[in-house]
Amino acid sequence: MSEGRSARVVVVTSGKGGVGKTTSTAAIGAALAHLGDKVVVVDFDVGLRNLDLVLGAERRVVFDLINVINGVAKLPQALIRDKRLENLYLLPASQTRDKDALTEEGVGKVVAELRQKFDWIVCDSPAGIERGATLAMRHADTAIIVTNPEVSSVRDSDRIIGLLDAKTEKAERGECIDKHLLVTRYHPWRAARGEMLSIDDVLEILSVPLLGIIPESEEVLRASNLGSPVTINAALSAPARAYFDAARRLKGEQIAMQVPSESRGLFTKLFGRKAA
Amino acid sequence: MKLFNLFRRGTAPIARERLQILLAHERSARTGPDLLAVLREEILAVIGRHVAFEPDKVQIKLDRGKSVSTLAVDIEIPNGGRIGGIAPQYSRLTLDGGASSMNKQVA
Repeated sequence: MSEGRSARVVVVTSGKGGVGKTTSTAAIGAALAHLGDKVVVVDFDVGLRNLDLVLGAERRVVFDLINVINGVAKLPQALIRDKRLENLYLLPASQTRDKDALTEEGVGKVVAELRQKFDWIVCDSPAGIERGATLAMRHADTAIIVTNPEVSSVRDSDRIIGLLDAKTEKAERGECIDKHLLVTRYHPWRAARGEMLSIDDVLEILSVPLLGIIPESEEVLRASNLGSPVTINAALSAPARAYFDAARRLKGEQIAMQVPSESRGLFTKLFGRKAA
Repeated sequence: MKLFNLFRRGTAPIARERLQILLAHERSARTGPDLLAVLREEILAVIGRHVAFEPDKVQIKLDRGKSVSTLAVDIEIPNGGRIGGIAPQYSRLTLDGGASSMNKQVA
């Protein structure tokens, strides 16, 4: 492993469960790796790990984050290299340990060590606002707030934005953490008919710049069934294209914001929009 | 709201309005103490100093609106409760109103 890098730490968070944090972590992590960067995705959901399953690495887990924190294993022993993308690694969470085993000092040391080895550290936060969630965001340079266009998800995102602005290392240093909104499970036609909060509604309420819009798609479920990020499993599908665009925006590229559709053309034209 | 729905089939505008009102309150509660919660606590403490009442006979209603919120405190005071030197057989103390207006009635 080449040393001397300095990774950007990204936390994927939401407050509410089931909105697509793990799916998005896997998809964006794989997209960044596919674009040539060296990426580690870290599961912070101690006791309820699932990033291993979504990445298809569930049978290869030997050591986990807490083993590394406790000194039972060295970091390179716990990192699992993806079989499809040689630039993509997973640091799994513990399935059996108590979540109190995550210590702030321990997480800080692991993140500092990972920073030397990777370009991107993508932290998959557990739901809620407890210890696991606050530790996942603690060292982040950038936050991706995953939101569904639905009232409870938007409310919880607002709460998480408050925590990001108060409880992260960057916030405590008086700096502003870089925040991006990723709207998932979006139905353009429902929003157009006024049946679902629109992107503009969500942006107006949360006041966070938009990273991407992931349309609802059966490809996402299919990919998780197979244990492969949608950006690898169906790279040309609408959600995968939306995740690739989001990954490119994270890298600083300017890409026009649009909702990719399965049948290219009509929806893209109708709902095409400028990047935030 | 119903009339509003006649013109717009979707429920998204209602979701948006509810969120805007709720989050305005939650954000202000995050930065400072929640005024209505503080008022509720202090009003009950003051009344409790003068009148004995059972906590489960206290009804507190709160309605957070876009520009005005109301706090209604309705307290049943059992026999023997004292208000202003009078010991009524049965009293009901109602405090109604928000931060700006407060009406006091003894029924």
